[in-house]
Amino acid sequence: MKYAYYPGCSLETSAMEYDVSCRRSLERLGAELADIPGWTCCGASAVEPVSRLLTFALPARNLALAERETAGLDLLVPCSACYLNHLRVGRECAADRALPGRINEALSVEGLHYAGKTRVRHLLDVLSADVGAEAVAAAVRRPLEGLTVAPYYGCQALRPYPLFDDPEHPRSMTPLIEALGATVLPWDLGGHCCGASLMATKKEAALVSVAAILAGAEGADAIVTVCPMCQMNLEAYQREALKAGGHGNPVSVLYLTQLLGLAFGLSEESVLLHKNLAVTGALTDKLRACAAAEA
Amino acid sequence: MKNATLPPLTFLREPGAAPDPAGLAEVQDIVRACMQCGTCTASCPNAHAMDLTPRRMWRMLLFGLFEEVFQSRTFWLCSACYTCTLRCPRGLPLTAAMAALKRLAAAGDDAANRKKALFYQEFMRNVEKNGRVQETGLMFHYFLAMRDPLLPLEYTPLGLKLLRKGKLHFGGGGQRGALAPLFGKVREMEARP
Ligand code: SF4
Ligand code: SF4
Repeated sequence: MKYAYYPGCSLETSAMEYDVSCRRSLERLGAELADIPGWTCCGASAVEPVSRLLTFALPARNLALAERETAGLDLLVPCSACYLNHLRVGRECAADRALPGRINEALSVEGLHYAGKTRVRHLLDVLSADVGAEAVAAAVRRPLEGLTVAPYYGCQALRPYPLFDDPEHPRSMTPLIEALGATVLPWDLGGHCCGASLMATKKEAALVSVAAILAGAEGADAIVTVCPMCQMNLEAYQREALKAGGHGNPVSVLYLTQLLGLAFGLSEESVLLHKNLAVTGALTDKLRACAAAEA
Repeated sequence: MKNATLPPLTFLREPGAAPDPAGLAEVQDIVRACMQCGTCTASCPNAHAMDLTPRRMWRMLLFGLFEEVFQSRTFWLCSACYTCTLRCPRGLPLTAAMAALKRLAAAGDDAANRKKALFYQEFMRNVEKNGRVQETGLMFHYFLAMRDPLLPLEYTPLGLKLLRKGKLHFGGGGQRGALAPLFGKVREMEARP
């Protein structure tokens, strides 16, 4: 298993724990990653309100680089916003005949060409379809017994293109989390929007969404995410959201890959757990009990 | 203090002009087949904070009530969750319509709307300069552009949390300037009539 890898801007800075835990847990699963040399920002969720052409040209630039530098490999993307932006280029080109020509005219300033040959895959898609729960279970060294986890999918991994999961009732994380020995919290907020960039532009509205998600996760030791924007909204604004919502308790928020890494026997430092903004003492106690049981 | 070396990040035909009629017609075309069922409104996680429901806004657009639509905050409250796009029984790309309204409003003559577009504009300005987003610089320039002395305070706790975790980076990334040619070309292409 070998993939071209697009970490995206957040994973280089505020979500470095996602990048590191992703690389380390995938290595344990025998997946090899090839970085795309010279990749640039895909425009995240800010580009579409600014320019339609740039919305496609920015991710197409990375796809053109991938076609040239990592030809034949699927592109693995851990960030849901980056995933959607890259995936959307091919989808829109199929629907709008004039678009490929316009994209390539723009890319021609750098001598690049986008042909649409690269398959864009979300990390969660790769984990559930290519790796599979069985291989995940086989890599477990430290079962996460006694841990209850709320899988949070967010929006853009599921919608508008439902390629690997049911967008109304997402469940692709369930077998993966169970393979780690943990229990999945039954809840129906896994695909409820976290507010995304409204947290920067209309904070009060976004806090309502975060408060609803946190209240729904009651009973979970941790919420796991597969997107740096979801992670940031749920962890960094947690205290404010709990105050605004008037109920709910602090809950740990981890990236799915951190949970995988911990179950694979990686240390807390190795998955950069100290970089997370919301980790409760109750969670670390349980994790350490799992580690002690292994020793 | 602003990025003096960069051309202003406008992909707009003429800043300060009335919304582009061709652009308005395109959004109308997107929602032309709306049958007013209200599924979009019922699905929207942010409908509670909107002044017009999405369903109603589509109808007003089709009636040509542009001024009322651009006075509303509805499309600014879209967080691009794609639930309405997924569920609309007519299969209309409603999230794309919301984004198109943001672009049109940013290009219009309404100062309040132009200010609401600043976050996205500053974000893309940051991308143009650095090749990859530099979150620290982004927030700094956003605060400057908003000219609201209280706004930075609202985000100070977050800044401090990130600083303590060693997650704020003040330097430039390795791709500084890499996107200048592409931005220039797209700007030129979008300025064509
Ligand atoms: S869901 Fe579609 S058809 Fe129904 S009101 Fe909304 S836009 Fe119209
Ligand atoms: S995409 Fe926007 S308008 Fe549609 S449901 Fe989500 S937030 Fe509401």
